Amino acid sequence: MRSPAVCCLAVTLLGTSVATSAPPHGRVDFNRDVRPILSDNCYFCHGPDAGHREADLRLDIRDDALAGEAFVPGDAKASKLVARILSTDTDEVMPPPASRKKLTDEQKQILERWVAEGAEYAPHWAYRAPVRPETPAGMNPLDALVRKTLEANGLSPSPEADRRTLLRRLSSDLIGLPPTPEEVASFEADTAPGAYERQVERLLKQPQYGERMALGWLDVVRYADTIGYHSDTPRNVWPYRDWVIRSFNENKPFDRFTIEQIAGDLLPDANQETRVGSAFNRLLLSTEEGGAQPKDYESRMLTDRVRAIGAAWLGQTTGCAQCHDHKFDPITMRDFYSLGAFFADIQEPLVGRREEGMLVLSDEQKTRLAELDTRLQTARKAFTAIEPFLDVAQQQWEADFAAYNGVLAELKEGAKPSDADRKAAEQVLAILKKTDRSPAEQASLRTYFRDKVTPLYPAERQELVAATQERAGYEAALPHCLVSVSTPNKRVVRILPRGNWQDESGEVMQPGLPHYLPQPPKSDGPLTRLDLANWLVSRDNPLTARTVMNRLWKQFFGTGLSKTLDDLGAQGEPPTHPELLDWLACEFMDSGWDMQHMVRLIVTSQTYRQVSTASPELLAVDPANRLLARQSTFRIDAELVRDQALAVSGLLVPTIGGPSAKPYQPPGYWENLNFPRREYVADTGPNQYRRGLYTWWQRSFLHPSLLAFDAPSREECAADRNRSNIPQQALVLLNDPTYVEAARAFAGRILQSSASSDGERITWAWQRTLQRRPTDEERNALLELLEFQRGQYRDNPTAADALLKVGQAENPAGIPAPELAAWTHIARVLLNLHETITRS
Amino acid sequence: MNCLEPSRLARRAFLGSSTAAVGGAALAGLLSRSSAAAVGGTLSAPHHAARANRVIWLTMAGGPSQLETFDPKPKLAEMHGKPMPESLTKGQQLAQLQGQQLNCFGPQHAFKAFGESGIEICELFPHLGSVIDDVCLIRSMTTDAINHDPAHMFMNTGSQIAGRPSMGSWVTYGLGAEADDLPGFVVLTSLGRGGQNQPIAARQWSSGCLPSRYQGVQLRSQGNPVLYLTSPAGVSREAQGRDIATVGELNRIQQQRFADPEIETRIAQYELAFQLQASVPDLMNTSGETAETLALYGCQPGDGSFASNCLLARRLAERGVRFIQLYHKDWDHHGGVKEGVRLKAEEIDRACMALITDLKRLGMFDDTLIVWAGEFGRTPMSQGGSGRDHHNQAMSVWLAGGGIKGGMVHGASDELGYAAIENITTVHDLHATMLHLLGIDHTAFSVKFQGLDVRLSGVEGAKLITPILA
Repeated sequence: MRSPAVCCLAVTLLGTSVATSAPPHGRVDFNRDVRPILSDNCYFCHGPDAGHREADLRLDIRDDALAGEAFVPGDAKASKLVARILSTDTDEVMPPPASRKKLTDEQKQILERWVAEGAEYAPHWAYRAPVRPETPAGMNPLDALVRKTLEANGLSPSPEADRRTLLRRLSSDLIGLPPTPEEVASFEADTAPGAYERQVERLLKQPQYGERMALGWLDVVRYADTIGYHSDTPRNVWPYRDWVIRSFNENKPFDRFTIEQIAGDLLPDANQETRVGSAFNRLLLSTEEGGAQPKDYESRMLTDRVRAIGAAWLGQTTGCAQCHDHKFDPITMRDFYSLGAFFADIQEPLVGRREEGMLVLSDEQKTRLAELDTRLQTARKAFTAIEPFLDVAQQQWEADFAAYNGVLAELKEGAKPSDADRKAAEQVLAILKKTDRSPAEQASLRTYFRDKVTPLYPAERQELVAATQERAGYEAALPHCLVSVSTPNKRVVRILPRGNWQDESGEVMQPGLPHYLPQPPKSDGPLTRLDLANWLVSRDNPLTARTVMNRLWKQFFGTGLSKTLDDLGAQGEPPTHPELLDWLACEFMDSGWDMQHMVRLIVTSQTYRQVSTASPELLAVDPANRLLARQSTFRIDAELVRDQALAVSGLLVPTIGGPSAKPYQPPGYWENLNFPRREYVADTGPNQYRRGLYTWWQRSFLHPSLLAFDAPSREECAADRNRSNIPQQALVLLNDPTYVEAARAFAGRILQSSASSDGERITWAWQRTLQRRPTDEERNALLELLEFQRGQYRDNPTAADALLKVGQAENPAGIPAPELAAWTHIARVLLNLHETITRS
Repeated sequence: MNCLEPSRLARRAFLGSSTAAVGGAALAGLLSRSSAAAVGGTLSAPHHAARANRVIWLTMAGGPSQLETFDPKPKLAEMHGKPMPESLTKGQQLAQLQGQQLNCFGPQHAFKAFGESGIEICELFPHLGSVIDDVCLIRSMTTDAINHDPAHMFMNTGSQIAGRPSMGSWVTYGLGAEADDLPGFVVLTSLGRGGQNQPIAARQWSSGCLPSRYQGVQLRSQGNPVLYLTSPAGVSREAQGRDIATVGELNRIQQQRFADPEIETRIAQYELAFQLQASVPDLMNTSGETAETLALYGCQPGDGSFASNCLLARRLAERGVRFIQLYHKDWDHHGGVKEGVRLKAEEIDRACMALITDLKRLGMFDDTLIVWAGEFGRTPMSQGGSGRDHHNQAMSVWLAGGGIKGGMVHGASDELGYAAIENITTVHDLHATMLHLLGIDHTAFSVKFQGLDVRLSGVEGAKLITPILA
């Protein structure tokens, strides 16, 4: 029975990009069917931007459209809108040819039907509060809602994947590492009910869960180790990255997670932890370029921040409203700049070097610092006690100097002081000759006497120097982090006409929230960042929960329910499953913004557990898997490609957090960096083998291995990543020393394993990499390669030695070099397989 | 044109010498496949007949002074040392000179008329002068940005916000590449000897919101010409080929099982990577060029100079690369503009002439568009008594080759060289005109990004610079 339904559906789907398009019968739905057409084709000239409106006609608001006599509800034939879109006269037809927009026949029919059915509008779906749809009891609501759409499209879900695939998928999605063959075997052997759920709980408890979850968040907040513009110099922010990881591991409620980032410094219970979270406000791009104008960069930083809030929480592309009212969404310039005004209190240089930032201390470090403070205070006290005696001695010395025509040591005949010392002594001499001395002169005289002249109280004075130095030295080596510090001297925020920072004629803006969204209760005094943060995660905000859940969905299915992760506005794609997105948003908020709860709900659903393979019929109907009649297959993210190779080879150092790591990088890759010129020095020792997310994130020259696999430079917020398939990826996996070394180390593991014959060893290695046995055909291909490479290295042992020197890891003792080199090729092939870097 | 011949030959040679010995069927398959992964374009056909098939864009990074290169200003010489008329400078954005006393700074080198067209350019550029009748000079270019990094971004992407595709990516995205064993968009950089080498970020050749296969690939003169191009130590070409063939064979088994088009692409990309490992070194090896050619450019193989990069640009053009962008740095003359430009002229003058001459000799000049441009111009006011600050109101750029009228000057700046006043042109106009020459209507060439129809030429107002079209 399934095939005819599938065929019928195929016809419907071909004409539109959205899988759940208007059924040929039934009413036209404004949000799903009409708004995308109007927005993309009409709003540019007949939309929210008053500064760019043609014929005084506005089509995004029904009353305005009626006032402009655009249509007669219920009477398509009498409606100008319909006549104009159907017109064949190039002067008449809408959209006009010059706009380069053209309606398809299907779009014209939809608009005609819509007018005939009464031209009803509906508020934009994403600006309405999400409503929790009814779902049947006794079933995962996600499955219920997905199946509803499947049934409406004549499809049924796919069966559950096998346990090996499930655990590979779960491990990749929850901790970003492959399972071991033993873990798969134990899961396969667990026949008791709840075996799958036990795996989920096991993985959620691992500290690597926080690392995995952090990947997407670090993209969307554009976390990086460097400032971005021009010299792209370093800054201190890595404690923020660790804060993100920790927050996910502690399952910090997402509302609190939000508040700490935007206003962690303003909380009544602000502490080191919440202040580190507030580093979010400092993650933007900045410049140290000479000639950079503060006003210019003040404007860049404001707009950068507004775009970040839009991308990370609101799913809104606010950037347009920097220069004009948004053309498709109701965001005005007022909204834009009043949102920017929330950040006017953040203390920071507009151009130039960032400060070191706040000290971020562990408990032990706090204790040690307190000890050093005590020592310093004691030393100061002792010194204070001797000061009167020193002053008396100084008076005596000055009197003697005057009486006996004294000469300072540096100025004596035969003395060879440095230029600086001589200059200082000359200044002191001048002061000595004066009777009327300024306080500054008194001070330098005192310093000179104590440092250079008197031999009194050496112990007290040395102790003060030592204590001061020890504390300063200890502190300098401690981690610092740029954080938000609020200053009462707020920057004045004006609307910048056409975005021009030199134009100071615009109205001054106070902090305010977008006018088209529910407003917070009125409060006394101006709104603060804390108000903004609270508003973002208030139950009334319709956007945040949907935006975050849409992104989360992508992590587990490869595509968001709306595939435009950064745009839930009029130009974004309406969700394929609007009820499902609403259900997720409501559940997220009602659960107290419990992220782990949502992750658990998703991964335990049957929808998630389906096979990712598809019949040719299903593939033809729904090639992009928008209807979710199966799971999706996709290449794993850049950082995870690295993690996997390190994990399989046994090189991975699983330390959580700390300063960013520097894996091998081609020499000269930073040649175009300047001010100052920099030499990249790869880490030695354990830090060389850290997970990908700890890689030093140089914005203007991101590590090329990460870049090849589509890691974003994080110069802008990136809600989504490409998933490209390019030759550079092959070059990286084949030739980057990281992967060559991993292959070499993996070969050592293979040869040291309990497997004894070549065939067994290949099976062992295959299972380590892919957690399944190779087929005979697969094993034979590797055996053939092994023979070839063995022959090569037998003939040319120096080549084997050269290969085995790539990287820093020691080779295991007792294995002949040609043998280890030959197996390195087998390991290398395994690490390069498409299946290895694919999650299915 | 046999532009792919050298690497095809290399492939055949390798095939002949090794397949028999190896006997690997998969390896033979790998080596016999060609153009498996050539980058296709998204435009099924050009919007109109193209006048140029490729672009060589010479970026003079740092912001060359128009006043010591292509825009003669006798009046400025007269006014040397006198205050700059406030009517010109009031309310304008300046970089390091903001808020300072502004005095005129006369041109530091003499100008001279060249060619039949008698166009006046600085006498430091006699070689370029010798081909000036092939060159179209625009003296009325303007830009929006005034700091290096945003100005490069604007010149490359038409936007000052990171994340937009660079022009080379746009062009490759539209037209694809002719080369099947080289990237479609290639970038080369060189340093000047004056020490003002401003940094250049990799985002300048990023594909932004376009697929990554359209991103520019930097060819480096030192070390590996393409990152990770060389096989690991101890791995011969044959051993590398066997590994890649085995990866392909195992992937193909997966492909038979799952019919995933991504696997098919993956196999093709490994094959292309293997081809690149041979074709790129072959491309970079200029030792086979005649002594006459090397003398024409004034370079030695592998010297990493701008001249060498110009020669490589020609070789890339011959091999079907669509967009070739050269960066020559060290034009940021806040001080010592006189000596600074002299050095730069020594570094680029002959090479620019050589590129034009060589392309003509090969019959490729008529369908290759050459553009010479910095990211902004420089002030007619003095900075520190010997230099000039960044400036966005007037700059000079030149074009030559496919579809460009030679021996002409378009537009003019005012008598002090402060602001463009006649036929004012913008970066968006330049982009629109470049696309036009490539057969692309800039208004119809867009990609959806964050809800917008993003275009290289911006949302509104870009116009073709028609007077310069042949």
